[in-house]
Amino acid sequence: MTVALAATTIAFAPVPAATVTPVERHIRIEAKSFEYSPAVVTVNSGDRVTLELAATDVVHGLYLDGYDLNVTADPGQPARLTFIADRPGAFRFRCSVTCGPLHPFMIGKLNVGSNWLMLRAVGLAALGIVFVTQRCRGAGAQRNL
Amino acid sequence: MTRYDLTRLPLVEPLLRNRWPQFVTTSIALGGFVFAIIAGMVGTPVGSRNFGIVSVWIGWWALLMLIAVPFFGRGWCSICPLPAPGEWLQRGAVLGPSTGTGRRPGLGLRWPNRLRNIWLQNGAFAVIALLSVVVLTTPSVTAVVLAALLVLAVVMSLIFERRAFCRYLCPVGGFIGLYSQLAPIELRVKDPAVCACHTQKTCYTGNADGYGCPWQVFPGGLVKNTFCGLCVECLRTCPHDNIAINLRDFGADLSNPAGRRLDEAFKAFIMLGSAMAYSAVMLGPWGALKSAAYTVGSAAWVIYAAAFLVFIFVVLPGLFFTAVVVGRRLSQNLAENSTTKTRRPEGKRQAFIALSYALVPLGLAAWIAFSLSFVFANLSYLSAALSDPMGWGWNLFGTARVNWTPYLTQFVPILQTIVLVGGLIWAGATAQRIAEETSKMRSLPVIVFCLIVTLVLLGLLVG
Repeated sequence: MTVALAATTIAFAPVPAATVTPVERHIRIEAKSFEYSPAVVTVNSGDRVTLELAATDVVHGLYLDGYDLNVTADPGQPARLTFIADRPGAFRFRCSVTCGPLHPFMIGKLNVGSNWLMLRAVGLAALGIVFVTQRCRGAGAQRNL
Repeated sequence: MTRYDLTRLPLVEPLLRNRWPQFVTTSIALGGFVFAIIAGMVGTPVGSRNFGIVSVWIGWWALLMLIAVPFFGRGWCSICPLPAPGEWLQRGAVLGPSTGTGRRPGLGLRWPNRLRNIWLQNGAFAVIALLSVVVLTTPSVTAVVLAALLVLAVVMSLIFERRAFCRYLCPVGGFIGLYSQLAPIELRVKDPAVCACHTQKTCYTGNADGYGCPWQVFPGGLVKNTFCGLCVECLRTCPHDNIAINLRDFGADLSNPAGRRLDEAFKAFIMLGSAMAYSAVMLGPWGALKSAAYTVGSAAWVIYAAAFLVFIFVVLPGLFFTAVVVGRRLSQNLAENSTTKTRRPEGKRQAFIALSYALVPLGLAAWIAFSLSFVFANLSYLSAALSDPMGWGWNLFGTARVNWTPYLTQFVPILQTIVLVGGLIWAGATAQRIAEETSKMRSLPVIVFCLIVTLVLLGLLVG
């Protein structure tokens, strides 16, 4: 019962509101087969983000998981995507235009504020281990009686 | 542990005894398999538009890892098209046992005793794993690999008896067997005493109703799923109606200490390590790593290959062995300070083998978590590839122009978290149960090992 309560708390407790003042961010991401540079982008929750996608070899795209946003850029013609980063967490962005053999694995990452899912996952993993060891200890004690 | 025999249901046993449903399903799968080879050979070189790549590495892989293996264990093996042509040749028949007395083409040799293990499967998987980034993305290479496996299966059927390829060489069958121990389904005998009294052992030798076990297994001695291909020949040949297909608890085989082996233990490390490596290489943001894995033969690839092999064959098992030794020491110290009697601990090697089975649920969870992001991100390629399988501009079903749309991207990380944490808890509980066979204290470092692996996977997939 205690474990279930703790698990529910870890899984569903509301996240604290962001304390950092949102700012305007302009980030240029260069795309070439089969990587983005920078591959990891970090912003604060609430920031107004403009991603400038610049393809340097062939046509590339950038689809942002979780935000369901997409932009494509031809070589030499950068394209922009502006959005408010209002969902905290880690989001993959991936190429949305078939660009070559490793296209399905052309992936980058956008970190928005704290990754609460990861923190919850770590908490649940630790709780799970405590639960397993305690349960077995209880079962062992019962057998010894 | 509860079990329910599915053959008691009115339609199940006749359906399983009848050869046609299995034959038709296998034939359809074989047709798709051959078509995938053809598409890979002559279709577009663009992987995401080629039926060979999309049907195998997205469609089949999703079915296998997200449904078939977790819920049906070796269910896929029962309809797998790979061994079918060779088996038909070997038997001289496509359906039931042929009544003719003509000589069949196969040599029917026994598989060498020294190779009666899954080390060859471990090696075969490792070789394909090293080339996986190329295999997964290049239609012609996928076609060559599939064709090579098909030819190898036929050749093995003509040289050796029964399904030697499936049992000892198939790189896919090796890990399906390992993870089939977790499935909530099993084939077992209803009453072992009936088998003991049955001198003819038709389940192994075969009779007019069916073939002797193709997997070289005596059903009366089955204690776990690993080597039972669920082909249900024994159900057909048993004259005493003594074969059951049971629904059971998930992971029931892991509680059974019988049949634990070093080759299978290493399979668990290979699979877990590969899932971790793939998560970094294929789903991570590191372009240099992807390029290294793709440029087979280059210096970067050699370094990648060496690192991959060292990781799965040395680092992971080495760290795990250290955890086992620490746990053993812990339990020994505890036993020395305790007045209560504890069982004599087994040797380090035995403890290593036994506790490595705790990695089976964690490994499957890792593969499911990896497959979730890979499959859902690329599933929409399937409808386009079905409509235009060769990438030649056809539009058979009107879906060839469907745009790429990743599915459930908001929910996949949540699903991955649930699967990985669930796998960790399952692994921890398994480690405790295995450790209880001597002293449960020895499982603690192994559980910490599982926790660290889970955190690394979470970092790679969700972080």
